[in-house]
Amino acid sequence: MQISLSVNGTTHDLTLDPRTTLLDALRQHLGLTGTKKGCDHGQCGACTVLLDGRRVNACLTLACMVQDQPVTTIEGLGTPDALTPLQQQFLDHDGFQCGYCTPGQICSATAMLKEIAAGWPSHASADLTGPVAVTHAEIAERMSGNLCRCAAYSNIVDAIRQAAEQQGDAA
Amino acid sequence: MTRHLKVDAPIPDSPLDHMAQGVLGKPVSRLEGPLKVTGRATYAAEARPDGLLYGVLVQAAIPAGKVLSIGDAPGALAVIHDPRLIRYAAQGMATEGPTAGPDQVEYMGQAIAVVVAETFEAAQAAAQALQITYEAKDVPVDPEAVEPERPEKKQSATGDLDRAMQDAAHTLDQIWHTPSHTAAAMEPHAAIAEWSGDQLTVRAGYQMLATSREQLADALGIRPDQLRLLAPYVGGGFGSKLGINADSVAAAIAAHQLGRPVQVVMTRQQVFDLAHRRSETRQRIRLACTADGKLTGIGHEALVSNLPGVSFSEPVTQATPFTYQAAHRQIVHAIARIHRSCAGSVRAPGEAVGATVFECAMDELAETADIDPVELRLCNIPDTEPGTNRPFSSHKLAEALREGASRFGWSDRRPTRQRLEGEWYIGMGVASAVRVNSLIESRARVILQADGRAIVETDMTDIGTGSYTILGQIAAETLGLAVDRVEVRLGDSDFPPASGSGGSFGAASSGTSVYLACAEIRSQIAALAGCDEADLTLQNGQVRTGNVSRPLDALLTAELTGDGHLEPGKTEDTVRQATWGSHWAEVAVNRWTGEVRVRRMLGVFACGRVLNEKTARSQCLGGMTFGLGMALTEAMEHDPRDGHIVTRDLAEYHIPCHADVPPLEVHFLSESDTYVGPLHAKGLGELGICGAGAAILNAIHNACGVRVRELPATPDKIIAGLQD
Repeated sequence: MQISLSVNGTTHDLTLDPRTTLLDALRQHLGLTGTKKGCDHGQCGACTVLLDGRRVNACLTLACMVQDQPVTTIEGLGTPDALTPLQQQFLDHDGFQCGYCTPGQICSATAMLKEIAAGWPSHASADLTGPVAVTHAEIAERMSGNLCRCAAYSNIVDAIRQAAEQQGDAA
Repeated sequence: MTRHLKVDAPIPDSPLDHMAQGVLGKPVSRLEGPLKVTGRATYAAEARPDGLLYGVLVQAAIPAGKVLSIGDAPGALAVIHDPRLIRYAAQGMATEGPTAGPDQVEYMGQAIAVVVAETFEAAQAAAQALQITYEAKDVPVDPEAVEPERPEKKQSATGDLDRAMQDAAHTLDQIWHTPSHTAAAMEPHAAIAEWSGDQLTVRAGYQMLATSREQLADALGIRPDQLRLLAPYVGGGFGSKLGINADSVAAAIAAHQLGRPVQVVMTRQQVFDLAHRRSETRQRIRLACTADGKLTGIGHEALVSNLPGVSFSEPVTQATPFTYQAAHRQIVHAIARIHRSCAGSVRAPGEAVGATVFECAMDELAETADIDPVELRLCNIPDTEPGTNRPFSSHKLAEALREGASRFGWSDRRPTRQRLEGEWYIGMGVASAVRVNSLIESRARVILQADGRAIVETDMTDIGTGSYTILGQIAAETLGLAVDRVEVRLGDSDFPPASGSGGSFGAASSGTSVYLACAEIRSQIAALAGCDEADLTLQNGQVRTGNVSRPLDALLTAELTGDGHLEPGKTEDTVRQATWGSHWAEVAVNRWTGEVRVRRMLGVFACGRVLNEKTARSQCLGGMTFGLGMALTEAMEHDPRDGHIVTRDLAEYHIPCHADVPPLEVHFLSESDTYVGPLHAKGLGELGICGAGAAILNAIHNACGVRVRELPATPDKIIAGLQD
């Protein structure tokens, strides 16, 4: 079927098998391999991308479902020569080892910080209605959909906290 | 010119201590990091050659027997069940392909065919619809229901352990079980194969290219020089990518048959079935000690399993003979031949489960003898290797225990079940960390270009370990260059063969070969500068001799090349080489639900010279977290009827997630091991897991009084033991 996808600000017209997931469309048809396939079942978070700014598992999303929504992948978040502040913190804090879960972690954290800023509570939040503090427990809870077998977890949380503090300073 | 070194003798004075650049050991951020955080690093299944086809593996649905027929696959280009398809993955460092012949099934889930189609979706659908008939046979799948093999060379006994147990003031005799574990690297195994005439290029996730090339060539029936392997980035390995697997063999055969490049990516479930599992273990530990805690007897009996005919057996007792002293000792190693999936190396084969269980036993003995667990360990550390009387290359266990006790606040530990905060019991636990150390033959080439930039080339891999960065630092240090003046090229079998990544030997082995190549170039620079090498200082691209300093690029008229070749030598045998450390954990156990939350962990480690403070720490964090998973959540459950892995995805096999892992602390002891080559560096990719789980299990007991000897310590087992 004919599918039109808007990815990182560019519209692509593709002819795809209707069973094609957003993840496979990105990786196999658009060459955007920054989005990773770790399980293809929504269990690991390596395929996390932003759909209208919100994080989703690209493996659980059919490409044909998202034709009217802008998709942002890791390739749309920064370049090796111009990292986003969050990417820079991942680099500085060694928030990755093999790097395979890393694009998913970074996409997820990018959206997650906006969820906190919007005051969305989580299981770890002390108060369901007040502002949410960017604590270790809060970040760890909200990032638990992104697995990392190398287990850079504590470095990832440090990187996210630091990036959040920078955002706070800038705001 | 090749600079060769066989490590036959200690090197008391490390030449790296006399270099001027000052970059070795520093917490340099990963050189390839900007590519990884922006999604530009390309892994196995991330090339798109023209005409790429998609292959999906088909798995056996019987535990053993014969494949009688495989039907057609409408919508697919081919269904391939070539006799060269391998039945299980190659063991690490094997030089031949593993047993082939997919029509004979040895375990449930074995790869028996590959379906190839123009699209992934079509291949997957066709593979699922395939009609297969079998002739199944009954086979044993329970390791405790068969009479195991007991290879003579794997058994040992000194003195009379039974007598020591009778005579001792305090004894312990218990049995532990650990389940099958899996590496669960985040990148599934994958390969893209492309032929050009009789030359084959395979892009895949491999830890060790040189031996994997030999295995794959042998499996396909081609010469190694017809095959080029590429693995520039590997999404984790932990042992599961040491040898070739069904993906690359299937992709290569299919690509040859169809005349187009073929990609085969395992599904996550296939990775669980087809990557080697760490064998489940049954471990009986017997300990005897005097009233003041001196061990008089040590017994460690292990039962592990593997498929018939596979030589690997989990070396559970590997560190037991030399960790603690006792006059009466016995090691028993039994192997059950059963038809579960193939067992092989998973991070720290041997000590990961062996030291973990042994350190739980030490904790129980300490309780029985009413001795502080730290003191019990301290008073049983041998001066030389028990049995052989070889000296240790270095020995830092005592220092690791004392330093850790102080840093962790061990003196605040309360007696068992004496600290309740709200509904949570709080406890602390300790364990020793130990892992054998070795070097593996390794080669590298370094090119110093006329503009003063250096290129490192070796078929070494970086599986998240930090190879790119430490090899760059070693070259930068030795050649006196800023690290950004060094380009490191890895993961291409056209480059000189390195040790590969495995067994914690990569950094020291490959790093030494890079150092040797650079040392060769230093000699050439000294000749150009007309000075003795001893008078040569290289720093920030400047060449200093006496009072004269000039730019390196002004001295060079052409590029210089150095080759480095490291071989392990006599120090493998003259001394006992190991890395040492201590693990500390504080846990909270819910008095009603049995839930365990790890509140903090500390690891204190001695691994010789630390080559990069930042990446070394990350290796330890990873190991400690593996230990956390082993203690609390990870288990591959086998169906008792047919052995198939029931928990074969990431929602059923629980690796630790963000919320499971508290802030972790790592402390390195200053150490310089002179027996391991000029770097004085040892491995640490595995030390972090060896004993980490025991610290948690021991902390659980200290918190709530429950001993869990059937790992993992899930809430049901804790509740069953709680007294209130």
